Amino acid sequence: MKNANAKNLLEVRNLSARIGGVEILKGIDLVVKAGEVHAIMGPNGSGKSTFSKVLAGHPAYEVVSGEAIFDGRNLLELPPEERARAGLFLSFQYPVEIPGVANTQFLRLAYNTVQGGRGKDELDPLEFDDFVREKMKLLDMDPGFLDRSVNEGFSGGEKKRNEILQMALLEPRLAFLDETDSGLDIDALRVVAGSVNSLLTPDNAYVLVTHYQRLLNYIEPDYVHVMDRGRLVKTGDKALALELETRGYDWVAA
Amino acid sequence: MSAVLQNLIDQPYKHGFVTEIEADTAPRGLSEDTIRLISHKKNEPEWLLDFRLKAYRHWLTMTEPTWPNVSYPKIDFQDIIYYSAPKPKTKLQSLDEVDPELLRTFAKLGVPMHEQKALAGVAVDVIFDSVSVTTTYKQKLAEVGIIFCSMSEAVHDHPELVRKYLGSVVPTTDNFYAALNSAVFTDGSFCYIPRGVRCPMELSTYFRINTQESGQFERTLIVAEERSYVSYLEGCTAPKFDTNQLHAAVVELVALDDAEIKYSTVQNWYAGDENGVGGIYNFVTKRGLCKGINSKISWTQVETGSAITWKYPSCILLGDNSVGEFYSVALTNHRQQADTGTKMIHVGRNTRSRIISKGISAGTSNNSYRGLVKIGPRADGARNFSQCDSMLIGSACNASTFPYIQVDNNSAKVEHEASTSKIGEDQLFYFQSRGIDMEQAVSMIINGFVKDVFTQLPMEFAVEASNLLGLKLEGSVG
Repeated sequence: MKNANAKNLLEVRNLSARIGGVEILKGIDLVVKAGEVHAIMGPNGSGKSTFSKVLAGHPAYEVVSGEAIFDGRNLLELPPEERARAGLFLSFQYPVEIPGVANTQFLRLAYNTVQGGRGKDELDPLEFDDFVREKMKLLDMDPGFLDRSVNEGFSGGEKKRNEILQMALLEPRLAFLDETDSGLDIDALRVVAGSVNSLLTPDNAYVLVTHYQRLLNYIEPDYVHVMDRGRLVKTGDKALALELETRGYDWVAA
Repeated sequence: MSAVLQNLIDQPYKHGFVTEIEADTAPRGLSEDTIRLISHKKNEPEWLLDFRLKAYRHWLTMTEPTWPNVSYPKIDFQDIIYYSAPKPKTKLQSLDEVDPELLRTFAKLGVPMHEQKALAGVAVDVIFDSVSVTTTYKQKLAEVGIIFCSMSEAVHDHPELVRKYLGSVVPTTDNFYAALNSAVFTDGSFCYIPRGVRCPMELSTYFRINTQESGQFERTLIVAEERSYVSYLEGCTAPKFDTNQLHAAVVELVALDDAEIKYSTVQNWYAGDENGVGGIYNFVTKRGLCKGINSKISWTQVETGSAITWKYPSCILLGDNSVGEFYSVALTNHRQQADTGTKMIHVGRNTRSRIISKGISAGTSNNSYRGLVKIGPRADGARNFSQCDSMLIGSACNASTFPYIQVDNNSAKVEHEASTSKIGEDQLFYFQSRGIDMEQAVSMIINGFVKDVFTQLPMEFAVEASNLLGLKLEGSVG
């Protein structure tokens, strides 16, 4: 609707996936065009997080059928790091802690790897330090987080900011933001949403995965999809999110 | 995922070649005659032969320790060659007379034997099977009064020093392998830093086992006089054989008042193949005596090789205010077994010790930390801090911690921290989802894990050690 002529960034067709023999995704279809913001909502356990992890290539999940074409490439054939280099990003619901690895070292390696893949110049530690500090200002993050181990001892909100910082550094074509609002207080949510909005261009796109309508007050979606038991059962515009807020998921699922 | 991880950690051993060189070898087996032969070949004084024989007679009454958390078939001590030296064994006047084959061997191993080509600021004593081949920078060190030579030379040139200190920290009767070593040791390094001298360069010994049936029994003795300082590094490799070779060394350190000895080891003996065939049995006794007040001894070890490692570099903190430190990274893969740690024996007042141990287990290996912190009744105000961390790669390996703490003084403070972690699928996926491949991810996690120990290594060797871990665990270190 936003721009009917924009090209398809992601085309997912009939995607099914399972973990440990249990089928979680049961035939998902989704098309995301450049410049769009999508929201996937749904109750706990409906498969929202699984969907984003399957697309990012988490090894615990097995794709049973279907396809996912990202920017003209068959996403499911690529190892996870290639997907990231191709411009896919996942902001994790629960980012893991990596003791002993300094955040700045991790961020720089990620940045340089992805930049290198795009044929762009890598940054040395000093150049990177200046660069990353600018990005951190936008997120109102204390530079002290650079010297700490990746996510170690970070509060829930600090972890989420660190995820968005990574997104700001890697400049993905398509980012899945999985429950990015959880753990953020209202001021932090405003700051984080502000940076997410500022990073949206006509060439990239977001898929927001969320329980609640709250985040969508700050980042306005073009499409809202409802997931239930591994399927996208309803699609609408922003009004659908508000309706879900008042009527609950049972109304859609029934 | 575990298959990919396993590939990363299954890098071939690159020091496994054999040097074809004519050797002067003693007949297989051990008896008083063998010991007399060794002593005779080395043209030793009577007192040293007595030292050996006394040790041997005591050894005969001892049994092998069975308490380590390792298992191996019984060693046939009559099936080992106790002396093997590359010919010619005439005393060399300069490096030009060294067999070119030997020079090539060490060049291949990256050990600098020519001073002009040497690593800046590192003097090396090079030991091949049972004998010292050469010691670099001897002259330069002698200018400031430092003695750095092979043990054989020291016995002849500085008998009063050797006689005074040999066996003073590790007595001939100390344990089964120390007694065996005392009976049959063939060479090793001797180092003496006179009063008030700060050694101007890193001292280093490089050990190479070449002969298939030989054991290696070297003996290192370092004495630091009052207010002196020395930093010492030991490196070791061996060819790949499908049999096991025994390495039973003894290292003794003595630090007098206000002296400091820093002893670092990068151990890369052949570890056996993935099925556990071959490899070195590394049964070593290392102990430092902080004899003087305010003295300090610091052990840093990076143990990556050997089929079995049994090793507890220890400190006896005798002098008041003396300090003992132990920093260790032990990596085991395939079927390697390591039972390693330290003993900190606090005798003097206000003595302090610090233990940082990092164990990494992969494959089906077995990695144990074993440590003793003992605070004696006189050790008022003694303090110890221990931290033992284990990291598991894959799900078929083992990590154990056996910390013993014995406190006989109420004013002592002893702290022990331990953790076990596993490189998990989710950690690796997190890296990958940011474009970083698994190999770099593992390398980064491991380097982060061992950071506290690696910062203790002398600069030149921190890089080498980091590369070695990288080789053992994957292709490169980022």
